[in-house]
Amino acid sequence: MSVTGVEGEERNNFTASESKQIRARSLRLLGSLLRPVRWRVTAAMLVVVLSTAAQVAGPALIAFGIDKGLPALLAQDWLPLAATGGVYLLTGVIGAILIAWYTMMSARISQAVLIDLRKRVFLQTQRLSLEFHESYTSGRIISRQTSDLDAIRELLDSGINQLVQGVLYMAFTAIALVSLDGVSGLVLLGSLVPLFALTRWFQVRSQTLFRRSRTASASLIVKFVETMTGIRAVKAFRAERRNEEVFGELVEDYRKVNGRVIQLFGIFDPGLILIGNVAVAVVLLLGGFRVVDGQLAIGALLAALLYTRRFFDPMEEMAMFYNSYQSAAAALEKISGVLEELPGVPDPVAPVDLWEARGAVTFTGVRFEYQSDRVILPTFDLAIPAGQTIALVGSTGAGKSTLAKLMARFYDPTDGQVLLDGVDLRRLHPKDLRRAIVMVTQEAYLFSGSVADNIAIGKPDASPAEIVAAARAVGAHEFIENLPGGYDTDVNKRGGRVSAGQRQLISFARAFLADPAVLILDEATSSLDIPSERLVQQALQTLLADRTAVIIAHRLSTVAIADRVLVMEHGIIVEDGAPDDLIDGTGRFAQLHAAWRESLV
Amino acid sequence: MDTTPNPPTASTPPSTPAATPAAAPEQPGKRASTLRTLLRLFPYVRPALPRLVLGMIAALLAAVVALAIPQVLQGLVDGALSRQDPAGIWPAVLVVLGLGVLEAILIALRRWFVLVPGTHVEASMRNALYARLQDLPVSFHDRWPSGQLLSRAVSDLNLIRRWISFGLVLLVVNIVTIVIGAAVLVSMNWILGVVFIACSIPLWIVGYLFEEKYSVVARRSQDQAGDLATAVEESVHGIRVLKAFGRGGFALKNFSQQAEDLRGTEIEKARAIAGIWLWLLMVPDVAFALCLVVGVWLAAQGDLSVGGLVAFFATATVLRWPVESIGFLLSMTFDARTATDRYFDVLDAPNSITDPDRPVTLAEPRGRLAFEDVHFRYPDSPARFPDLLDGVNLVLQPGETMALVGLTGSGKSTLTALTTRLYDVTQGAVTLDGVDVRSLGREDLRGHLAMAFEDATLFSASVRDNVLLGRPEFAERSAAADAALEEALQVAQAGFVRDLPDGVDTLVGEEGMSLSGGQRQRIALARAVAAKPAVLVLDDPLSALDVDTESLVEAALREVLASTTALIVAHRPSTVTLADRVALLEDGRITAVGRHSELLRTNEHYRFVISSLEDEERRDATRQVARDESAARTEQTEREEAAR
Repeated sequence: MSVTGVEGEERNNFTASESKQIRARSLRLLGSLLRPVRWRVTAAMLVVVLSTAAQVAGPALIAFGIDKGLPALLAQDWLPLAATGGVYLLTGVIGAILIAWYTMMSARISQAVLIDLRKRVFLQTQRLSLEFHESYTSGRIISRQTSDLDAIRELLDSGINQLVQGVLYMAFTAIALVSLDGVSGLVLLGSLVPLFALTRWFQVRSQTLFRRSRTASASLIVKFVETMTGIRAVKAFRAERRNEEVFGELVEDYRKVNGRVIQLFGIFDPGLILIGNVAVAVVLLLGGFRVVDGQLAIGALLAALLYTRRFFDPMEEMAMFYNSYQSAAAALEKISGVLEELPGVPDPVAPVDLWEARGAVTFTGVRFEYQSDRVILPTFDLAIPAGQTIALVGSTGAGKSTLAKLMARFYDPTDGQVLLDGVDLRRLHPKDLRRAIVMVTQEAYLFSGSVADNIAIGKPDASPAEIVAAARAVGAHEFIENLPGGYDTDVNKRGGRVSAGQRQLISFARAFLADPAVLILDEATSSLDIPSERLVQQALQTLLADRTAVIIAHRLSTVAIADRVLVMEHGIIVEDGAPDDLIDGTGRFAQLHAAWRESLV
Repeated sequence: MDTTPNPPTASTPPSTPAATPAAAPEQPGKRASTLRTLLRLFPYVRPALPRLVLGMIAALLAAVVALAIPQVLQGLVDGALSRQDPAGIWPAVLVVLGLGVLEAILIALRRWFVLVPGTHVEASMRNALYARLQDLPVSFHDRWPSGQLLSRAVSDLNLIRRWISFGLVLLVVNIVTIVIGAAVLVSMNWILGVVFIACSIPLWIVGYLFEEKYSVVARRSQDQAGDLATAVEESVHGIRVLKAFGRGGFALKNFSQQAEDLRGTEIEKARAIAGIWLWLLMVPDVAFALCLVVGVWLAAQGDLSVGGLVAFFATATVLRWPVESIGFLLSMTFDARTATDRYFDVLDAPNSITDPDRPVTLAEPRGRLAFEDVHFRYPDSPARFPDLLDGVNLVLQPGETMALVGLTGSGKSTLTALTTRLYDVTQGAVTLDGVDVRSLGREDLRGHLAMAFEDATLFSASVRDNVLLGRPEFAERSAAADAALEEALQVAQAGFVRDLPDGVDTLVGEEGMSLSGGQRQRIALARAVAAKPAVLVLDDPLSALDVDTESLVEAALREVLASTTALIVAHRPSTVTLADRVALLEDGRITAVGRHSELLRTNEHYRFVISSLEDEERRDATRQVARDESAARTEQTEREEAAR
């Protein structure tokens, strides 16, 4: 069995080999994230080693003060005590400065790693095909980039610090203890056995719980985002109370999983303390007898006790580390899955140069299946000469949009080739491809920012004058001028207050500004009112004069500007001809056109 | 966010950093104290309070037990060990062991008491936030990006939970432990005790200064994280646009910029933390060093026994962790404080659209919908602009279907939104059966009216649940529910749902199957129809449908409209023909009401807005001319060829 990419993400039970595979994948990702910062990590390690050594010196110095300084002082010799105090002061100050320095270094490192990972996931998200996005769903890809990254941030922010400092602290303490008093050292080593067993038990028990916790939080996020983005419909249909119930259940699921994790901690953490306290008692017992026998100085016994007790101090924080580590590991597993996904529509390795596209599009032997079982488009050929304007008509689900998406390389064909000026789209650099072919869809998504910013997506370096010109050309200028802040008006999230028609005009202006050789309009004017459509039609007539265009529209007014009409049914092009010929004929298009003319009255 | 210029969002070119008013519009001018802010959590914490207090008591007892161990040591050192009496060792060790076990048990109790209730607090706050957000008006949501809301609902509440069940408890307990420990130290030897306490004074000063610096940075970091979440969301929801224009790299650049800003803030935050760490680690060590010198000197003077010295350091060591922990407990507290601020930013946002104190009920509304001198303007609309709706008067008689026609941006959608109080009129009134809609309960009102929006929003649920959204009584499967579902799907011509993988049980929406615009529009229409309202409000409900489907839907819809009052925003003559009468919205007023054919004949603006027939006829004519010309040309060529 093998799992690749995001496959099996929602499962909680993996076979041993699958788990291994997933873990190896996360480790690879972690390795690649750490490689660029490895020297800084080394430097930070050096600093933290020194600082911990300085910190751990304390009890030994106290022992020295009591066992050597006190007798010396009784003999009127101040020097040993003064020296001990001075060294203590020095180690304290230096240790603290080093720790502060280390804190800064590790923050810089973890932020560098984090930003690297953020960018990688963002870039990968943009790279993955629409097909992936459609099946993986937006809610999940958003939680990969938000809550999962938060989990990793938390680990890097405090978890790693706690671990590194904790482990070093424990190691140095153990070393100090062993060199101070071998017997106590053995006791401490003995206590490692139950410590290990307890940690292992906790690890096994908590792993699945942490995974479930992440899944639960993801569904919570999806529900939340969906409610907020669809708030109008929620209100209009009085879904508030039912939503609260559903959300309440999701919150409760999440709470329960979290509660169980916490219960586990409730056993783990006191268990650690118990082990530590028993170790202290044993050290005291063995040490006490040896003090009585004169084999051990009182100061050394005190130091041994302090070391033993302090040895377990970081454990609680390290248990916290385990918490963040587990969440982060689960998050990393999912993120590494997304990063492992091969883009369904990959960029070419050696792209063919295409400086100035003429705009001839050819489909040769193209066949398209969706998610490898449903045939959407059976094999077909189609040649669109440069400069031709095509109207693509047919009922909903006939495959018009799929054909358009193949042409814009949102999908790649299952078989056959789509060629632009004789070059397979798959061999074009995305920059060339997107400069040459632009598709405008019905959902005119607006990003937060100003109207001008949104139009400028068509051409990021456009001057304000160019933006206004584009808006004017598609007849959007007037309404934009009438917005509260004109072109600088913030369109708000999801275009809250800009109407659907206005959004389409803005996205149309985008396309106008982009000035591609091939323009694909998929229901891009469906929400326009008639006067706007009239303007758009006029604009199109000039705009499309010297470029290739495919227009999908239910309103057959587009046909007027088309040189050629393709009628599709069940994925097959059933009619192909000049509009006038088809209108005069008796075929499917003639019927559609007649029905549409009827609807105008 | 509120104090810094906005970082450009995913779409914003870096040259024009747009000022998004989104981050925290309700930010109060002056910050309340941390204590006062955190006290606002009290109502949520109250149910968990007994357990919280019990947890603190357990933790305190654990601390006392830990502090008792050094006392036993002192007895041992000064007693059995100095007398060289092996028999005295065992009892002391057993007491130490007993106390050690007791400490572990008490800590287990602390966790058991405190941590699970903490999750309840988090859950109830999360539910309260969600409920509040659903209650707040659309105008609030217009201003707040959902990423900002999401970061409050998830990260901020997580922080608050951890603070309550961990930070708060330990902060209280550790401070009390430090106080008790200090008292113990003083009682053991007042000179040593005073030296130790005097050394800790700088910590309190540093802690106070730290708050000032840290909380500002913490707030900024949380806001920036919220903006980053918004950028992520937009890059996913707008993926088609970004792909179509090949702007993925551009979006990445803007995203990176925002991420860099966040990184800068985080590093600033780390600097503050490193600063306090420095003091928190240094001061105890300095205190230990001084106490060592003073203690040994006191012992040499005979003012302190060796056992006392041992016990002093053992006690001071017990206090070390509580002192060191103050640093991160404080930063956690300030994080929780900013999180609480952010949480209450939303909860305190004024709700301008609420239920009336004494709502009127309409048992069987007849469905007379009237707009009486309705004025409306958006709150941020500049004064130089007239009201968007500037005195709309329109009456829909019960059962009447009225089409609303007007130019894009003339306020048609806004007018429809006023009917179910998604917005409230700024002047005048919308009435249902003569009752101002503001006098009805919102639930009630929205039960009488059903809407289909321009954007067909579907939720992540089955087709069935989406369609029957407006019929809570059909939440359970039943024959009646099936019938209502069938009927609605029939009217909306949404038979395609039967071909989906799981039929009407197929999951749609963000988490489910992606449907085409036309498919979604039909489900949304079915949803409005299934609600069986007294008044149907349809905002351009057929825009995404092809001609065939459109005419089928129209035919089916006609039957529903025969008995229901309906307001339909129309951009097409075909949609207008569904209506009995048409109202023309122009410059914020209804300038004409009448039958379609009548207005077409008499009103020029109406013809301009609704009719493309003339354009078509002109086109037909040109086409004919072109055809004649080409025919003539062909004829001529043939003739010439024949002549040759």
